[in-house]
Amino acid sequence: MALTEHKKPEQPDSGILVVNQSRPTKVNCWSCGAMRAAHFCQECGKVQPPTPVDYFTFFGLPFRLNLEPEKLEGEFYALSRHLHPDINAINSDREQQWSLEKSSQLNDAYRTLKDPITRTEYLLRLQGVQLEEQSKAATEEARRTGKIKKQVVPPDLLEQVFELNMQLEEMRMNKKMGEPDRTLERELQDSRKQLQDKYNGLLQELQAAWNQWDGLIDRAEQGGSVLEEDRIAVRDTMVDVLNRRSYLSNLLRDIDEVLES
Amino acid sequence: MPNERIVGIDLGTTNSLVAYMEGDRPVVIPGEDGLNLVPSVVALDENGQIVVGSAARKYLMETPERAVYSVKRLMGRGVEDVQVELRLFPFRLADDLAAGEVLRIKLGDKTFTPPEISAFILRQLKRNAERYFAAPVTKAVITVPAYFNDAQRQATKDAGRIAGLEVLRLVNEPTAASLAYGLDKKNAETVAVYDLGGGTFDISILKLHEGIFEVIATNGDTHLGGDDVDNLLITIALHDIQGDLAVDVRRNAEIVQAIRKAVIDAKIALSSDEKTSLDVELPGGKRYQREITRAQFEQLIQPVIDRTIGPVRQAMKDAGLTPKQINEAVLVGGSTRIPRVRQLVQELFERTPHSGLNPDEVVALGAAIQAHILAGGSEATKEMLLLDVTPLSLGIESLGGGVVKIIHRNSTIPASATEHFTTGVEGQTNVAVHVVQGERELASDCRSLARFDLKGIPPMPAGLPRIEVKFLIDANGILHVSARELRSGKEAEIQVQPSYGLTDEQVENMILDSFDNAEEDFRRRQVIEARNEAETMLTALEKGRKNPAWPQLSSQERSNIGKFETALRAVVKADDYQAIRTAIDVLNQGTMHLAELMMESAVGTALKGQNMDTADVGEGPESPHPIAQAEIER
Repeated sequence: MALTEHKKPEQPDSGILVVNQSRPTKVNCWSCGAMRAAHFCQECGKVQPPTPVDYFTFFGLPFRLNLEPEKLEGEFYALSRHLHPDINAINSDREQQWSLEKSSQLNDAYRTLKDPITRTEYLLRLQGVQLEEQSKAATEEARRTGKIKKQVVPPDLLEQVFELNMQLEEMRMNKKMGEPDRTLERELQDSRKQLQDKYNGLLQELQAAWNQWDGLIDRAEQGGSVLEEDRIAVRDTMVDVLNRRSYLSNLLRDIDEVLES
Repeated sequence: MPNERIVGIDLGTTNSLVAYMEGDRPVVIPGEDGLNLVPSVVALDENGQIVVGSAARKYLMETPERAVYSVKRLMGRGVEDVQVELRLFPFRLADDLAAGEVLRIKLGDKTFTPPEISAFILRQLKRNAERYFAAPVTKAVITVPAYFNDAQRQATKDAGRIAGLEVLRLVNEPTAASLAYGLDKKNAETVAVYDLGGGTFDISILKLHEGIFEVIATNGDTHLGGDDVDNLLITIALHDIQGDLAVDVRRNAEIVQAIRKAVIDAKIALSSDEKTSLDVELPGGKRYQREITRAQFEQLIQPVIDRTIGPVRQAMKDAGLTPKQINEAVLVGGSTRIPRVRQLVQELFERTPHSGLNPDEVVALGAAIQAHILAGGSEATKEMLLLDVTPLSLGIESLGGGVVKIIHRNSTIPASATEHFTTGVEGQTNVAVHVVQGERELASDCRSLARFDLKGIPPMPAGLPRIEVKFLIDANGILHVSARELRSGKEAEIQVQPSYGLTDEQVENMILDSFDNAEEDFRRRQVIEARNEAETMLTALEKGRKNPAWPQLSSQERSNIGKFETALRAVVKADDYQAIRTAIDVLNQGTMHLAELMMESAVGTALKGQNMDTADVGEGPESPHPIAQAEIER
């Protein structure tokens, strides 16, 4: 039976997600009726039924990319103390089920947001960008046609990558024959260092894009207007940085594999 | 205080334990023999009864074909995964195993699946706890190796159900151990738990923070432990015996077991002594004798213990930590008593490892703490919460046999992922999904967890249906799947075929079987006990006839006793409990007067200076039949 990945339909490219329209809603606790119940009831501590929300909203955060890791961690621990299945182990079946779903939501959200890269990717996905899908589709296409998956080499790396691939190939052969070439190894280590510097530079570029993005969010929060082209420009910058980062990170991994083998 | 007793169980490869929280401290519950450890050995005795623990060890030595050990190695595994185990361990698989069937192991003339054999061990632990509390125990937390996959976890949960236990949580062994260690810890620190047991190895890196035990990374090998050290030494011994003494005893199961016992004793001795000797009697009056020094032993086992290095390095890498950043390295599992293992841990973490608690008991103690937390906890555990991770990545087979990872290893559990599927052919109503667990790129290199058939998709053009499948790993590390067709809003039906597990129906049947057997066991025990009682009575009666009291009975009384005796002898060999019971009671009545007369004469003897206790026997309401006293009097 054929199994194909489903491509998500194009989402309309609207700017609505810039605006944080999703403060945690206050609802009545199903158990004691008190107000102020988003994840658990502030009055009686009971876990509340799960609702489908994005990860930023789950933590009650605006869609900002700069966030304090310690604060996020603290919030994660505090919520875990109420939502985790161990806390609800002797409660009703219904509460146990909610606890399971809510704590998985919590863990998924924390895992995604605590890492700067996955956080950025997630935000871009909320903005309608299909990072993984592009890569997945390319992989599937490559498999089907038998061609090697095309990776777009960032232009500034073209020359270096060409040479590096040759060196890696030579190094692999040497290792296979059991004749390590010290000179080649040193050259590879030098290349690795250069690439690592480029990689770190990319992270700085990303940080700059984050700041721009957060500026737009802040403006929207304060009731200011955000130009559609500004939003798209920052978004596309981030997509570009992430694509280059992913390419570099694969390259670094390949070098490490060869050097460590 | 929690009102329900939930016990913590360490279901180990070599030994199993049950513990619970007594006040603020976890304690291990001893068995009837007074020992905390129940050897994970199960045997089928001559009467078809299951024997567990120390009692089963005798069968392992004398009739190895009726006994099994280290069954944990087979949990949740298919016949094709256990080929190595079959070469190294005396597991006897059922002859009629069909392809894809859950393994069945022969014990004498019966066969059992690994979860059933584990259930026998669990039932023994349950009984030990029930005897200790004098109350039923129905709920438990059971520990599993952190690196156990979904099938191995499911098999452990099934074993609990078969044993009549509701398994509230499966806890990872190193994590449980950290709970026991961290009970009094209030400072934030990073801990590495190195757990080398009888058959499994785990490494877990945890962050302790205000009572939260957060696992950052875990790794391991579910087929690496003390067993492997034993097997190595056994292989060497067998080789020696064949070479030096020209005897091939590899097919002689009893001798192999004798060698196994000798090498285990030697291994243990070498943890404290610098040298020890092996001495095993062989057929034909020959002996295998060999001296072994600790240095030789360490050299031999180095390759085995070196296999723990890779997982440790990977876990450190995944955690993003260097040895310097680890505050403490904790030793768990009996195999960490080996000095060379301790030295290795010291080298890996650049610090002296910590082993304050008994490495055999610490996991069970931690399980008891976790059980207490689940039951509602108390002041001592109020702040404690475990946040564990899934040890292996979860993926879906894609076109071409690749794997698309949807939940990565070391993700905090519960964890979930949602994937969308569609059809590739017009009017297609089924979609097959293959779920795998593992880190490799190709699905065929990963562990197959299950194949799902998404059925009942409304016929639509290819690519139009949108089936949303939600994968959720629960706090036990077990996968749940649900699916929905989004366009029609219809819940898609999922048919789950676990690749290596028992179906719910099979587990149900096994539970019933064990209940049936429990009744059958009880009935048989009743008959045996009644029969023993009858034999004792008949022996006593023979002695009573020689007693000076006998002639004092009337001839009618003597003739009646003779009649009742014949009646009892007639039924004593039968399997009818009621018949034996009635005959005993009748004879009991008939000999009442005789007993009284004998009692008087005994009291008379006692007054002449004999022990009064002897004469007392038979007087109390709970006493054995009065006539039994005659036997004691002599």
